Amino acid sequence: MALDDRKSDFKFVGTRPDRPDGLDKVTGRAKFGADAYAPGMLHGAILRSPHAHARIISIDTSRAEAHKDVKAVVTRVDFSDKVEFKPGLEGEFWNVLENVMAGEKALYDGHAVAAIAATSALAARDALKLIEVEYEVLPHVTDVDKAMEPDAPVIREGAADYSVPEGMHPNVVRYHESGHGDVEAGFAEADLVIEDSFVTEATHQGYIEPHACLATLGNDGKGELWCTTQGHWIAQKTCAALLGIETSQLRVTASEIGGGFGGKTTVFIEPVALALSRKANRPVKIVMNRSEVFRATGPTASASMDVKIGMKKDGTITAAQGVFRLQGGAFPGAPGDMTAMCAFAPYNLTNVRQVGYDVMSNRPKQAAYRAPGAPMGAFAVESVLDELCNKLGLDPVDVRLKNAAHEGTKASYGPRYERIGLVETLEAAKAHPHYSAPLKPGQGRGISCGFWFNHGGETSVSLALSEDGSAQLMVGTPDIGGSRASMALMAAEVLGIPYENIRVTVADTATLGYNDVSHGSRVTYASGLATIKAARSAVEKLCERAAAKWGIPADAVKWENGHAVPSGPNAGDFDPMPLADITADMGSTGGPISGHFEATPEGAGVSFGTHIVDAEVDPETGKTSVTRYTVIQDAGKAIHPDYVEGQYQGGAAQGIGWALNEEYVYGDNGRLQNSIFLDYRIPVASDLPMIDTVIVEVPNPGHPFGVRGVGETGIVPPLAAIANAVSKAAGVRMRQLPMSPPRILAALKEDG
Amino acid sequence: MSKFHVSTTVNGDTVEYLCDPRETLLDCLRDKLNLTGAKEGCGTGDCGACSVTVDGRLVCSCLMLGVEAEGKQIETVEGISDGDVLHPLQKNFIEHAALQCGVCTPGVLVAAKSLLEKNPNPTEEEARYWLAGNLCRCTGYDKIIRAVMDTAAELREAS
Amino acid sequence: MDYHSPASFAEASALAANATGVTRFLAGGTDVLVQLRSELVTPDTLIDIKKINGVSDITRIADGSWTLGVAATGAEMSEHAELVSDWPGVVEAMDLIGSTQVQGRATLTGNLCNASPAADSVPAMVAAGVTVTVTGPDGTREVAVEDIPTAPGRTSLAKGELISALNIPARGANGGDAYLRFIPRTEMDIAVVGVGVNLRLDGDTIAEARVSLGAVAPTVLLVDECAKAIIGTTLDDAALETLAAAASAACNPINDKRGTVEFRTEVAGVLTKRAAKTAYARAKGEQA
Repeated sequence: MALDDRKSDFKFVGTRPDRPDGLDKVTGRAKFGADAYAPGMLHGAILRSPHAHARIISIDTSRAEAHKDVKAVVTRVDFSDKVEFKPGLEGEFWNVLENVMAGEKALYDGHAVAAIAATSALAARDALKLIEVEYEVLPHVTDVDKAMEPDAPVIREGAADYSVPEGMHPNVVRYHESGHGDVEAGFAEADLVIEDSFVTEATHQGYIEPHACLATLGNDGKGELWCTTQGHWIAQKTCAALLGIETSQLRVTASEIGGGFGGKTTVFIEPVALALSRKANRPVKIVMNRSEVFRATGPTASASMDVKIGMKKDGTITAAQGVFRLQGGAFPGAPGDMTAMCAFAPYNLTNVRQVGYDVMSNRPKQAAYRAPGAPMGAFAVESVLDELCNKLGLDPVDVRLKNAAHEGTKASYGPRYERIGLVETLEAAKAHPHYSAPLKPGQGRGISCGFWFNHGGETSVSLALSEDGSAQLMVGTPDIGGSRASMALMAAEVLGIPYENIRVTVADTATLGYNDVSHGSRVTYASGLATIKAARSAVEKLCERAAAKWGIPADAVKWENGHAVPSGPNAGDFDPMPLADITADMGSTGGPISGHFEATPEGAGVSFGTHIVDAEVDPETGKTSVTRYTVIQDAGKAIHPDYVEGQYQGGAAQGIGWALNEEYVYGDNGRLQNSIFLDYRIPVASDLPMIDTVIVEVPNPGHPFGVRGVGETGIVPPLAAIANAVSKAAGVRMRQLPMSPPRILAALKEDG
Repeated sequence: MSKFHVSTTVNGDTVEYLCDPRETLLDCLRDKLNLTGAKEGCGTGDCGACSVTVDGRLVCSCLMLGVEAEGKQIETVEGISDGDVLHPLQKNFIEHAALQCGVCTPGVLVAAKSLLEKNPNPTEEEARYWLAGNLCRCTGYDKIIRAVMDTAAELREAS
Repeated sequence: MDYHSPASFAEASALAANATGVTRFLAGGTDVLVQLRSELVTPDTLIDIKKINGVSDITRIADGSWTLGVAATGAEMSEHAELVSDWPGVVEAMDLIGSTQVQGRATLTGNLCNASPAADSVPAMVAAGVTVTVTGPDGTREVAVEDIPTAPGRTSLAKGELISALNIPARGANGGDAYLRFIPRTEMDIAVVGVGVNLRLDGDTIAEARVSLGAVAPTVLLVDECAKAIIGTTLDDAALETLAAAASAACNPINDKRGTVEFRTEVAGVLTKRAAKTAYARAKGEQA
């Protein structure tokens, strides 16, 4: 992006107008996944394995099929047989197919094995009991370290890709190693080296809206799908492959989405509903219940990690190394590589080495969860850093400042950073009143930094002007948290027309070119960039029309504040021409005016944050209360600051849950023990304090307005920040998440 | 299986439906009356997305059978605004950006309205505990609580 | 599933006595509907008792004791100032169950009949000496709360029997009760440990006491050793330590997703001390 393309004086960007979909969402009329109905609609239900690992000997569906209310029954044979198995992530369609409907084996508690469409939801549920499945129960493993042991049950032979060194257990399916310098030499230079091991449990994204869809597919290969998703093009592509139909023949419309956080970046029930619909030749709706969501959709990976860091007495880090083992369920995909690459990314290190493992076990297929992989690594690394600071008597912010990465630093994972804002977040932390506020007895303060790459991804945007001078903007990234408002602000900024005059629509797959998923903190960056470019292309046309009216060359017209104006005194003397005057007769001056942009932007711009947290621990019960929380993060440029703050606060809250109470609990039988919100304990309103935010703005050189994604980085620091606060408050180092009261009390007892 | 005929009042309108006794009030509101504002987030009374009031009492509509609604007065999120005039809570939720995805919002609004009717001057702590049964996974509750507290102040000033 | 809404307890009892398969009574429904929805229990017969006259009444009788209708909700109890003043422990135990929404429906009777060892209201009721009136095919009988649950999910009620009223004793002078539970969050969890303490003072000395523990054994426990530890004392530090030790010693818990044996045993002692202090302060007429 040329520098003269950059803008820094804004009229609309940075303001806080009401979101365009606000009225729909406070009146109950916004249509989410489960809110769609169709004439003749059937209700689908899915039969799930009660076993963690079992061979499917037979499935007898005859009694279910004979039931008068049942219109279709599907099993794996009703999906495409052309989907090819390949190692690692190369065969992701096969992995998804195997996940949405089991083939030869049930691979985890909750794995789908058959499905029914019936005339009512109750009838479908009842009819599931008529399906008889004969299983041969196999030994199972749900723990990452145990899954790597020589005698661990093999989930699937041949799933490991080229990256895995010889001699590893078949459950290790991907391997990552990176770094630079000589870590052994670095450790030798250190005044203090600390090496420690850490464990985190799997958590669920915990979106409040369960997966839901409404599918219609005929045997002519044409289909319609309505679903709650972060990316309807990936749903289109995947469902088409799994059903054996052409991608373009399936039109997918994204409903309003009731939270995703990465968990709605793939498909679960959608191909099943399409298969049922094709068989019944009627629309089929499937809505998961909460227990299905927990048992069969994307938890994050669990992790087991070893981190070693050497430091000089002055706080200089001499070397850092980490081994990160992540378990991602019965399929390749656990982000051990991401964990490894992010773990030391905030620091300017001479000697660093990181290793990541992707390990399979008998758990549900992990899905992305907000900066996937990064929070675990940060927990381990920032805990060791905190311990080094404690032992050397150094201020934790000063030490991080001393070692902080900046523009030109060679990142731990390879590239050199462009302009980044880590130092600014640390300086803001140091200056923040929270950092110097006195603590009460029994309280401790922790800090942590966090990093996330951010992402660009395929993006298409289309903007059309109406005769009255208003604009309609079509984007392809579902609005998870107010992105319509940000898009409208950016379009208004370029067009120079009021924010309210822009209608933003999340277009369906038949209306716009391919769009990557709303993930990777990419929406405001990439859809925003595309919106700006599409609006600029419309502005060019507006200038051409004005030039033609004035009878001057097009390059003698420029766009200012919603008007075409002569570019200089030599261009002629004309009154500014408002946008609406140009669009009013556009039909007769050259036709409709619109702007488009399609690209895969590469300049997402990495993001850093620093969190400060105060925690109080009841020494008699081990219960932790978070008493004060401050998030400081670089947004590049905050387009709509309210929703930037919202991302920071939401990330922190999810991190608090992960740190203190959330975890997947498996019984010895391999079954999930806590598949409802009663026992999967996400933070409730009374658990949390207000969450203060500081938006640091160090513009991203890769975006016309300087935007960096903000969605994910906010969940990276909380785990470690809280662990550091708890460890100070309780006087014991907590190395395992969640830091539940029984774990803290046991640690206190052990400590005497 | 025989169905039950239920006659009840929803947002002031007399309505009737036939339901299986296993169907919840939430099922009936959504699937029989097309009132899809109340959401099913859990089906176990843990998330509050299905909050409605029944005879003025805040409840989870997933924890009540459709057949139990006979003769009751039910209020849902669809009944909160007065025609085209939004309830101050609705207005403030938009202005304070107190929603991100918006799926918990209907339940939160119904619950918050019930709080302010019972306690026009809640402390932040009282508001947080009253709303503890309304899970929000997006916001960290900060902006929700601010919107509720500001609405309470606004309503006190107006009265 | 058949649904009935009888007009009297006699009718409800007859329906249940003649029903085949699984029968459930529906009061607040906050457990019955969860079990129904999750297909843990799909009753063949569901008997809604809320159409019976007087089931939501909360009544103080002339002798100072209380009769609670079986459908009186937690919210109705919390809003009843006199009941709160007499039995704050019983009311706060009920009030801790679930959300505001759940309080709009949940009942003491339902909490008792669900027979969970972790039921919040049950230790408080046991400590308070609450009894229930049971109506069955052979008439009515009065049963102590601690004699209703027999094992997790099981009660001593016979086929055709149901609870038709709850009876809370008169508070009397110089008494106080309290309930505390441990949960990992601030709300919405099931008790990992629950403790009900009810005592009466003679001057500064504890004259009578009942201490009950929840979630530390298959059923709620009434622990005589705990009562003995504090009767005759002024709840001094030594008494509190004996009390805590007695509470921990009485525990026979399990390891599960909510807590470990060690944690429950330890925290039972901690909470018993804290609840006893609150009950003591209340008995002295202090705000607590």
